[in-house]
Amino acid sequence: MRFFVATILTIAFSFFAGLIMPWWSIALVAFVVALVIRQSPLKSLLSGFFALFILWGLLAWWIDLKNQGILSKKIAMVLPLGGNAILLIVITAIIGAIVAGLAALTASCFHLTRK
Amino acid sequence: MIFKKATALYFTLIKISFSRRISSLYLQLDSFYMKFIPFILSFLFTAALIVVLNKRWGTVPDMGNFLSPQHGFWQNAEPVNKNYNEAIRIVGLKGKAEVYFDDRLVPHVFAENDEDLYFVQGYLHAKFRLWQMEFQTMAASGRISEILGYDPRFINYDRETRRLGMIYGAEHALKALEADPVTKTGCDAYTAGVNAYIETLSEATMPLEYKLLGYTPEKWSNFKTCLFLKQMSRQLAGEGYAHDLPVTNERSIFSFSELDKLYPQVQDSLIPIVPKGTLFEAPGIVPVRPSSADTLYFGKTDTAKVANYAELNPHNGSNNWAVSGAKTASGHPILCNDPHLELSFPSIWYEMQLHSPTVNAYGVTFPGTPNVIIGFNDNVSFGFTNAERDVMDFYSVKFKDDSKKEYWFNGQWKPAKLRIEEIKVKGGEPVYDTVAYTDEFGPVMYDHSFSDELSKGKAIACRWIAHDESNDGLLWFKLDRAKNYDDYYAAIQSFSCPGQNMLFAAKNGDIALWEQAKFPARWYGQGLMLMPGEDSSYAWQGYIPQKENPHVINPLSGYIVSANQRPVDSTYPYFIPGSYNTIRSISINKRLENMEHISPADMKKLQTDNYSYFAAYAKPLLLKYVRENELNNAAKKYLNTFRDWNQQANAEETGQTVFQTWWDSLATTVWRDEFEKLKTKPEWPDDMTLLEALLKDSAYKYIDNINTSKKETLSDIVTLALQKAAPQLMKEEAEGRLVWTKHKNSSIFHLLKTIKPFGRIGLPVGGWSNIINAITISHGPSWRMVVHLDSTTEAYGVYPGGQDGNPGSAYYDNFVDTWAKGDYYTLWMMNKSDEGDGRVKGKMSLQGR
Repeated sequence: MRFFVATILTIAFSFFAGLIMPWWSIALVAFVVALVIRQSPLKSLLSGFFALFILWGLLAWWIDLKNQGILSKKIAMVLPLGGNAILLIVITAIIGAIVAGLAALTASCFHLTRK
Repeated sequence: MIFKKATALYFTLIKISFSRRISSLYLQLDSFYMKFIPFILSFLFTAALIVVLNKRWGTVPDMGNFLSPQHGFWQNAEPVNKNYNEAIRIVGLKGKAEVYFDDRLVPHVFAENDEDLYFVQGYLHAKFRLWQMEFQTMAASGRISEILGYDPRFINYDRETRRLGMIYGAEHALKALEADPVTKTGCDAYTAGVNAYIETLSEATMPLEYKLLGYTPEKWSNFKTCLFLKQMSRQLAGEGYAHDLPVTNERSIFSFSELDKLYPQVQDSLIPIVPKGTLFEAPGIVPVRPSSADTLYFGKTDTAKVANYAELNPHNGSNNWAVSGAKTASGHPILCNDPHLELSFPSIWYEMQLHSPTVNAYGVTFPGTPNVIIGFNDNVSFGFTNAERDVMDFYSVKFKDDSKKEYWFNGQWKPAKLRIEEIKVKGGEPVYDTVAYTDEFGPVMYDHSFSDELSKGKAIACRWIAHDESNDGLLWFKLDRAKNYDDYYAAIQSFSCPGQNMLFAAKNGDIALWEQAKFPARWYGQGLMLMPGEDSSYAWQGYIPQKENPHVINPLSGYIVSANQRPVDSTYPYFIPGSYNTIRSISINKRLENMEHISPADMKKLQTDNYSYFAAYAKPLLLKYVRENELNNAAKKYLNTFRDWNQQANAEETGQTVFQTWWDSLATTVWRDEFEKLKTKPEWPDDMTLLEALLKDSAYKYIDNINTSKKETLSDIVTLALQKAAPQLMKEEAEGRLVWTKHKNSSIFHLLKTIKPFGRIGLPVGGWSNIINAITISHGPSWRMVVHLDSTTEAYGVYPGGQDGNPGSAYYDNFVDTWAKGDYYTLWMMNKSDEGDGRVKGKMSLQGR
């Protein structure tokens, strides 16, 4: 339950933070959520990871769907990913996920210092 | 700001945690470390990751930001069914304005007054083309290094651009622009419109290229508009059109009279714009050749190689023609224009309709300047081709010493004006460059600090018409509002560079063309080579009076054709060197002279005509002189392909590939032995010059290979050329590239050429530079337009691009396939009452605040 709530909160607050703050606000959100909702380091890491994997993955996928893949195909050649748009979406999701996961892990490790 | 606050918050949190622990710190030192190590490690690792992802690494963008779906490139992926309805309240607009976007995303702007009209035009240019307009003006002012970072090529490009005096010229243009209330008010409003859009930008809505390159837009200004027009002057009348320095080098291997034949002023086959036989008035100015010319100029052998970094295409040309009512089915004139430019994404053109109480014009616009540039209004239509005239001369200057502070002029040392150029470099130290300006000959473009081994540090100044004060943009403020010939004639007076063939047709039946610009009056041979610059004797003595510029008004033939040919025959009383193209205008003339009852459909067909008159003229010569029995089997096969070919350079033809390869091989055989003595990259004579020479004289002196003891004949070299071409053709055939479209591989690249995926590679198109449909490799008809000035104007047009400059938009390149097929769109001159028309897909309402 904690895991689920932490994940959902991270998704929601990251989304709203992203509207007004720079991209790395996802790290702040994941950190604060993990600070407030205490979990084991592994669980914190995973909930931050999954939250942003889902958020960035879904956003990118939805944007790409509406764009009919016009830009993702081009960017996936520039980066270079051989024009593979799905891979680009996955990489987008993973980058967000790692940053948020690590931020959540940091918060969880902070709890360890208070034992 | 947000960044700082958030960082502070982050650290405060950490500080609190530390201070609480401090009291028990000494007691629990061991466990303290044990507890803190995971936290510190994970914290440092997270922070480091964020820093790495937030930073640009060379050309790699800041990936965290770039990939973020709420900030980075994903935000530029626009929904294909995007809604263009919008109501905006905006500071700077006086009244109300409506913009109707049609199904091709062409905006039809209706404003209550002219200032609002130009404000909205600026706003829309920025909304759809901001990055391109800024990038082009950065390039025009030598600021590429500032965006692209350190690279010797960029630095040299920037230095060359500044040394050419682009900024200096734009400063003069700005003075003239701001002195005239029409251009001042119009451009002020335009600039305000661009800036109003820039104000709305956020990190997320920033155009993609800014995200990729990692910078943000500056404010627009009237100065930038001037820079844009200077860039056009450079591309259409700049270094690429002044052959002074290459010809100076060639003077070391040819005599002046030989050069005069290799680069003839008037080709035999020329069909000038002004019909042959037209009587010219006695010249208003007769420039006097200096008495020292034979020894100091024509007789001097010299070298003056300089490096060119801008890689200008001297084939920037165009076609335009107008047919009068006598030649058309309707009895009303038709005007056609297809300007040939470097094809790029975003396109140099943006299609618009501009309507206010004083104007209703439709056509293509230049993002970066106000008004419709090529198009029509309710009464007239207008189009342009490049005059190709040389309006730039180079002078050898003598400095007292390397400080460049004084130069020798008319028997004494004169102080030079030193201009220190600061070239900013992204991520590096700025580069400073001191450029000396002479009063008489402009900036000293090349000197010991910008030079190479062959120019021996020679100081070379550049005198260019585009340096002079002139209000060129005024032309379009007036032309868009012209009702008749007199208005058109008044409109063109202010224009001085680059020289243009300004074609005009009116509903009342008039057709006309003036070759307009400020042209120096030269004595024969003046400015073909580097000139002595130590006194005033080689300076320009004056300008050709405007009324003596070449012109045609309602010719008897019923049509006017300009396609970059020399505008007049040899009876014109001035010496007018240029980079002319003869064959395309011959092709158009040949077609038009036999056409009657012309319809717009005929004109579209003519604009996209792939028939090669050049090949048709060359074919009998090649077939006559080739010795088939000496050819190997492969060469024989290609000879048959060529023989059976119908001279159509269509996309799927193989004959055109064989012809072009054979011809290029022949030209190489003729010229290489003579020109290889030059240490520099030569500019071989024009193909038409060679063809005319070979048709006239089968013993043309350059046929002989001077490196062999044998005296080659025309048959020898024609046969040899095909033998040499055959292996290359076999290789191409094996790779499936023998068909013309595969051979030439026509492509349109993004302005950042290295980003290939933003371009369109390998378009299925025919044509070539010597053919009416002048599509070469990445150059060609940048806009095709046919305007029938019937009682209700009927107009067609297409350009190879799309209205939205964003590579993530469905409107980025949606016109390309239509263009490649040779199809057109119907251009819709909308009335405000058409608001409910099915073609309107969005309405933007703008209101002052």
